[in-house]
Amino acid sequence: MSAGHYRFVSTDRRVREDRRFVAGKGRFVADIDLPNIKHVALVTCPHAAARIISIDKRAALAMPGVHYVLDGRELAAATQQLVTGLDTPNVPRRPLAVDTARYSGEWVAAVVADTRALAEDAAEEINIRYEPLPFVLDAEQAIKPGAVLVHSAHGSNVLLDRTFVWGRVEDDFAASPRHLSVRVKWARSSTVPIETFGVVASWDPWRDVLDVYASIQMPKYPDQIAMALHLPASAVRVHYDVDVGGSYGVKRGIKHSVLVAYLARRLGFPVRLVEDRLENMRGGDAHGPERLFDVDVAFDDDGIVRSMKMRALENIGAYAGRSPFQLGKPVGAIVGPYKIKSVQYRAIAAVTNKTPQDAVRGFGQAPTNLALERMMDEVGNALGLDPLELRRRNMIRKEDFPYTIPSGTTYDSGDYHTVVDKVVARTSYNEIKAERDRLRGEGKLAGIGIAACLEPSGGNASFEPLLNPKNATTTWMDSCRIDVDLTAAITATMHTSSAGQGHETLVATVIGEVLERDPDSIRVVRANSLNSLPSNSPVGSRMAIMLGGAAFHAAHKLKAKLTAIGAHDLGIPAERAIYEQGNVHDCAAPDKRRTWEELVAIAHRNFHRLPEGFEPGLAVAHVYQVPTGGTLPTADGRVQMYPCFSFEFHLLLLSIDPDLGTPRILRYRLGHDCGTVINPKIVRGMTMGGIAHGIGAALYEEFAYNEDGQLITQTFMDYLLPSSQEVPAVEIIHHETPSPHTVLGQKGSGESGYLGAPAAIANAINDAISPLGISINTLPLNVSKLGDLIAEARTRKGI
Amino acid sequence: MKAAPFAYSRVANVDEACAMLASDDSARVIAGGQTLVPMMVMRLVRPTRLIDINRIVELSYIRSDGDTISIGATTRQCLVERDALIAADIPLLARAISFVGHAATRARGTIGGSLANADPAAELPLIAITLEATLAYRVEGRTEKMAARDFYIGPMTTSLPSDAVLTSVQFPKWLGKVGVSFCEVNARRSDFAFVAAAVQVELGDDGRCDRIAIGIGAATDFPIRLASAEQQLKGSALDAVTVKGAVLEALADFAPLSDLHASAEYRRRVAAALATRAVVDARSHALGRQLHAH
Amino acid sequence: MLSGVNYMRIKLMVNGAEHALEVEPRTTLLDCLRDHLDLKGAHAGCEHGVCGACTVLCDGVAVRSCLMFAPQAEGTPITTIEGVTPGPGELSPLQDAFCETHGMQCGYCTPAMILAAHALLAGNPNPTRDDIVEAISGNLCRCTGYAQIVEAIALAADRIRGANRPPELRK
Repeated sequence: MSAGHYRFVSTDRRVREDRRFVAGKGRFVADIDLPNIKHVALVTCPHAAARIISIDKRAALAMPGVHYVLDGRELAAATQQLVTGLDTPNVPRRPLAVDTARYSGEWVAAVVADTRALAEDAAEEINIRYEPLPFVLDAEQAIKPGAVLVHSAHGSNVLLDRTFVWGRVEDDFAASPRHLSVRVKWARSSTVPIETFGVVASWDPWRDVLDVYASIQMPKYPDQIAMALHLPASAVRVHYDVDVGGSYGVKRGIKHSVLVAYLARRLGFPVRLVEDRLENMRGGDAHGPERLFDVDVAFDDDGIVRSMKMRALENIGAYAGRSPFQLGKPVGAIVGPYKIKSVQYRAIAAVTNKTPQDAVRGFGQAPTNLALERMMDEVGNALGLDPLELRRRNMIRKEDFPYTIPSGTTYDSGDYHTVVDKVVARTSYNEIKAERDRLRGEGKLAGIGIAACLEPSGGNASFEPLLNPKNATTTWMDSCRIDVDLTAAITATMHTSSAGQGHETLVATVIGEVLERDPDSIRVVRANSLNSLPSNSPVGSRMAIMLGGAAFHAAHKLKAKLTAIGAHDLGIPAERAIYEQGNVHDCAAPDKRRTWEELVAIAHRNFHRLPEGFEPGLAVAHVYQVPTGGTLPTADGRVQMYPCFSFEFHLLLLSIDPDLGTPRILRYRLGHDCGTVINPKIVRGMTMGGIAHGIGAALYEEFAYNEDGQLITQTFMDYLLPSSQEVPAVEIIHHETPSPHTVLGQKGSGESGYLGAPAAIANAINDAISPLGISINTLPLNVSKLGDLIAEARTRKGI
Repeated sequence: MKAAPFAYSRVANVDEACAMLASDDSARVIAGGQTLVPMMVMRLVRPTRLIDINRIVELSYIRSDGDTISIGATTRQCLVERDALIAADIPLLARAISFVGHAATRARGTIGGSLANADPAAELPLIAITLEATLAYRVEGRTEKMAARDFYIGPMTTSLPSDAVLTSVQFPKWLGKVGVSFCEVNARRSDFAFVAAAVQVELGDDGRCDRIAIGIGAATDFPIRLASAEQQLKGSALDAVTVKGAVLEALADFAPLSDLHASAEYRRRVAAALATRAVVDARSHALGRQLHAH
Repeated sequence: MLSGVNYMRIKLMVNGAEHALEVEPRTTLLDCLRDHLDLKGAHAGCEHGVCGACTVLCDGVAVRSCLMFAPQAEGTPITTIEGVTPGPGELSPLQDAFCETHGMQCGYCTPAMILAAHALLAGNPNPTRDDIVEAISGNLCRCTGYAQIVEAIALAADRIRGANRPPELRK
């Protein structure tokens, strides 16, 4: 990691947030006690689909300590339906079901009681009569004519069906000597943070303000609550100084927050809903992509991939959250790191009677990368060409950047071949192949997995106007304010909550770098939504780029102001004033100087010494537009999706016990290029965490349903998160190709590791079982599935 | 996820616990609580009263009684894990215990609790069946005993009378050249097994098998022994081919469970593979222990 | 269902201090620590004994506080993360090592991880990587992939051993 020209950036500094966490002094939403707070428990629908005939609340309301039972009709009458993104007015979404429930686990009523335990007692006493309705669980079934309709008013189960054609796809297919097809299935899985979602709301009728504390990671969160409650957003104060216990995308919480805010206003006391694990898994914002890919690829005898047709069918569950947009973001990296000249992409979002999804780390890119990388391996297999060589032939070369892909996005920078070379230089590729072959010689199944993937970063919202013509959003800004007080101390303000990404450290490091002041001396605080600047929260792997960019520009504004004050006070032209570590001196006479403290004092106390037109005090702010943002998609769906593209190259060796089907990762190496690394500890941690999450998605995790439409993996005994035993040691090899679009050359890393690990593992498993003449493209690749497949093939082969 | 209300009684002796159970059909004994508490907070079970037997001093012990090792019902699993007597005399239990949950659940979980809970995938019932343990319980003021094979009658179901409290388990010691093996397959190391195999062998001076016990767990409603394979292997050299043949024959009518985690086919195949491996491994272990003894 | 709420008087010994409390028997030790004693360092993750975020030390041994009812904890010394923190603003060697390696991200599982590590090092001052992996395998972390946690515990073990060495043998 090159720290050369930086004072603080890229150096191995501690993460300032950590001190409070190791002492158990984080402030999570469940830690917030307000006087007289009451607790919510939810009553959920036990059927995959049902008409709600009646709700009898009497027994529950008669119980001591029970304050209220809220049903869907009352809430719907008092609030606006939730914003869902797509232009589908007949697929309304509300916190509590109104008359019809559309998945098992959907919230039907909410109980408010003195304690959570009492609320649960009362929830059992609410007598709801249901009439079970027919339902559909499978997306392919759901989009067939005559299928059971999840929302009859919408007239079909298809919420989105767009086909994009970028380039001369049919011509390229016709001109290519070879074609193949591959079907890949990404199982319904998600990020599943250890903290469930929680929200506390309190209404102050004397100030007309709703205070909201939530474990939130949601852009436009205060605005959405306000709209739903028919309030101006100036009456909603979201406190961003709540630590979020993990999110990685899912902590959206709009329905929870509208529900709790309504109750707090209606009842006149603070109300809290902290999901328990069952509520979270069944009906929180818990689920993630469940996507079926059909990929046709056209290539030539040398393995050059010419064109691709990809159909992605997403089972979004019963309502549209952010989910359909997760088919949109991958448009910005639809060819991965490869030079594929033309692409046809069909994106279909189907509603079914499953739990709705929300945003998941990578926003649809990890499933897409799985499809792309399985496709690349299949191309290699068809030609008998080594998968590494195949990728080398197809990858965009360093000199090709900036490189525009068929869907209109221009990749900023990269040096993919060098990253690959660095990874295989550590232990030669041939050595790993020899190890695999040795294991095979011992009768084991062994395979090498490769994945070369991109992490689009810098979170823009271009998928919104791409998939919803009524939405003309072209900015997704973030902000930072810096104040220097009379004691000459620096305070920076950020305008969102964080879920472990170390944003306070990021802000202090960047400002310290620009101002040449010790980052440890810079306080970083979080505004609330009533005194904040615009922010779009930590989504889309964007904060190093966006918050880092805002902090950088704000610091430069401050530096310029201090320099001007110094020049003016020294009586020299501005161009002779040199700023150095907070002091300003005359370049012609270095001892003619004003110290940091003197400059601050002038700004705060001596208006008569300020340059003309200067505001007194030292307060600066910067609202930062997404680099490369600002334009709408073209009519044929070409769009600059995100500004920056990090690269990751996975190489792993895995063995499978042929009798048991148990996979074991023996070696794991990752080449990673996310441009300039601001904090090495943070980037490494996120990458390792992403790989672990990817191992989970590949091998263990699934929100599985039985044929009755019941979620059967709704506890941590069945939904299996990898433990320390399941995550191997990983060697990370860094490379830095700075982005030309960002202030320090940084790119995103919040999704790194996860974007390629499932693909690499799937490829390794397929390589391992390929001697048996079989392949598997359905996640999760669990032990029983693998074991049965292997056994069947061995029987066929008489082994 | 909060338990339904209940009353709590901490009892000083076993008979007090039995009396409470006899007077209240909906009362439940709590030992380590590592299975019961999750069931309670999900409200899958809702006892009116919890009878806490953790403080009954005389239920926590590990001692040698002639041919057996006796373990008190509330003895924590972590104590068994670290115990020298168990390691020396009941090596199969010593081997299997680290597969039970995690360190943090073994710190509270008890031997008796796991045995009485009768989860089909739990390790301890498998060891009890394999080693022909005897379970002792207190009922109506007297102590009764029952063989493990009679104790287990279905998934999460035992023949323990409803007003009885399990008090101890006796594992027979095997003398001589004893070797053990325990293997299981699960998704993650600490999860309940999809299939588990437990084997203990005793070799004669000629290295042939004098005695063998083969148990299969997690595949059926409760653990089973492969009795016909044991018969067949007695006197053999336990070579892999013979073992495999005997195991396959013993599993000919095996009808394992099928669920989300593993198909019946999978369990059938893997039971055979694990049992075969475990026998071969136990033999090597016996020979290794022999070497150590010299 | 029982009518009304039945409370029990219990005495808990937590972080060296005795507390007399009135709780419903169904109150878990976790909820008791958080809601009755305002010790917020133990966290609810799954409340069914899998994630380990609620880990506390019972007689020095790491246990899940969501799997014990508060009355069961009477007579057993309980230690929480607040009890292993040396003083306001001061960190133990383990806590400091977690900061040094950044053995966390969101911090939600962190107090429990540190307590699990604490229990490990109390019995095994020189753990191997496998020992560490095993000791924290009952504590799920979704952020880190565990690598920097394992490194933190190894680093703390090394430092604690170093601190116990005679000065002339220290590095």
